[in-house]
Amino acid sequence: MPSRTPLLDDRAFGRTLARMASEVVERSGGTDELVLVGIQRRGVELADRLKRVIDAAEGSNLPCGKLDITLYRDDLQTIGPRPVVGETSLPDLDGKTVVIVDDVLYTGRTVRAALDEFADFGRPKRVLLCVLIDRGGRELPIQADIVGTSVSSGPRDRVDVFVTELDGRDAVELVRGG
Amino acid sequence: MSAPSLGKDLVGLEPLSAEQIELILDTAEPFKEVSERAIKKVPALRGKTIVNLFFEASTRTRISFEFAEKRLSADTVNVAVAGSSVSKGETLVDTAKNLEAMRIDMVVIRHGSSGAAQFLGQRIRSNVINAGDGKHEHPTQGLLDMLTLRDRFKRIKGLKVAICGDILHSRVARSNIWGLTKLGAEVGVCGPASLLPRNVQELGVTILPRIEDAIQWADALNVLRLQLERMEGGFLPSLREYNRVFGVTSERLARAPKDLIILHPGPMNRGVEIDSDVADGPHSVILPQVTNGVAVRMAVLYLLAGGSPDWAQGGDESPSPSSGQALPRAERGDR
Repeated sequence: MPSRTPLLDDRAFGRTLARMASEVVERSGGTDELVLVGIQRRGVELADRLKRVIDAAEGSNLPCGKLDITLYRDDLQTIGPRPVVGETSLPDLDGKTVVIVDDVLYTGRTVRAALDEFADFGRPKRVLLCVLIDRGGRELPIQADIVGTSVSSGPRDRVDVFVTELDGRDAVELVRGG
Repeated sequence: MSAPSLGKDLVGLEPLSAEQIELILDTAEPFKEVSERAIKKVPALRGKTIVNLFFEASTRTRISFEFAEKRLSADTVNVAVAGSSVSKGETLVDTAKNLEAMRIDMVVIRHGSSGAAQFLGQRIRSNVINAGDGKHEHPTQGLLDMLTLRDRFKRIKGLKVAICGDILHSRVARSNIWGLTKLGAEVGVCGPASLLPRNVQELGVTILPRIEDAIQWADALNVLRLQLERMEGGFLPSLREYNRVFGVTSERLARAPKDLIILHPGPMNRGVEIDSDVADGPHSVILPQVTNGVAVRMAVLYLLAGGSPDWAQGGDESPSPSSGQALPRAERGDR
C-alpha cells in the first residue's frame, strides 16, 4: 500500500519559491541578461511564478520561455503509446544567462535533453539549473544550482508536484513504494 | 494509459478511429513550430532509416515526406520507379524484401495499384506509410486538409466540406471522406455524374449536383485536380466545358452566402477546375496546406516510430508512476 508524505504544503511552497527567486537573481548577478526557461509542463508554471516574484522585487520584466524536450529524448521507443509533444517557445538566448526551471530533478536525462535543445536555438553565456525538488537518483553527471528541497527517494517512489494553475493547489508529496 | 496508438502502418484513414486521427492532428501542432526554427531539425528519429519508394510520379508529396524525415533527423533514401512497369505482385515483395535485408525502419510508398501499401505492410516488418495507392487512399493528404480546416475554423465537427471534381479517380477524395466524416464533418461531393463513384452516398456524403449548390452549401471547398492521366476518355466532353460548368471561379464565389475557404491538393490545372484568381485569392489556403503537409507527415513518422505499443513494452521505463512524475497523467517518464 503506497504511503503519501507531504513535503511542502502551500505556505512552505510559497516560502521556498521566494527563496529560490532571490537565489536565481543572486546566482545570475542581476536580472539584466537573465532568461527563465520552464520545462513542460510544471516547470513552465514554476518559471512563471519565479518571474512574478523576481519582477515584483526587482522591477524587471524577465523574458520567459517554455521548452518541450520530448523530441530530444533518448528513449523514444520506450516512452509508451502516446508521446505527447508540447509547445516550445524561446526568447533570444544568445549571450544570456539562462535558468532552466523544472519541478523535479531525478535521472538528469530531461536536463541533458534540454541542454541539447538549447544548442539548436542559440548560445547562452551560461546555463543554470533550478529545481523545486531534487529527489536524487541521478543517471548522468548533472546537478542543480538552485534547489527548493531535497529528498532521498527510491526508484519505486514518486514525487507529486501540484501547482494551482493546473491542479488547484500548491503542494509537493512523496509517494512511497507501491 | 488507454490512449490510442497508430499501430504499425498508416494505410489509410478508413481503418483509423476519430481518436487516432485527432492524435495525429494534435501531434502535428508542435511540429509546425519546428519548421519555423532557425535550425529546422530535432533528433527524434536519429538513426532511423526511411525509404521513400515511389512507383508513381510525385513532386510535392515526395519532397514533403523528405523534409519531414530530415527535420526529424532520419536517414532517407529515395527510390523512384516512375515509368517502370513494376506493379503489385512478386516484384513489389521482392523490392521490399531486399530493402528489409538492408535493415531499414520505415517505407513510404506511392503506388499506382490500390491496396499496395497494405499489401506491403503485411509482408515486411518495417512501418509502412501510404503516400497514395491507386484510387484507394492518400491519408497524409487527407490529414493535412483536416489540419488546414482546423486551423481556420478551430473545429472539424459540424463543418460542411464540399469535395469538388473528379471524385471517381481520387484517393484524396476518399481519404477526405473517411477522415472528415469520422471527425463529425458533413461532406458533400460535387462533380459530373461520370466522375462520381457509383453508390458514393453509402460513404455518408451528400451529392451536390451543381457547383453553385456546393458554393451555397459549404464552409470549405476541396477542389480536386482533374486527373487527366487516369482518364481513358469518355468521362468529359472537353476541359473547356468542364470549366464552364464546374470550374471554381471568382464570379461563382462572389455569390457564396458566407466566406468560403478553398483547398486544392495540387498540382492545379489552372483554368480547368480552378481559376487563377481564386487559387491566388484571399479564399485560398492552398499554400498553408503545403506547409501543414510537412507537419502532418512529421507527426505520422514520429508516432509510428515511437508510438508502437510493441516497442513500448520492452522499455525499462513505463510512462507513468515509475519515477519523478508530477502526476500520473503527466507526460514524461524521467527527470
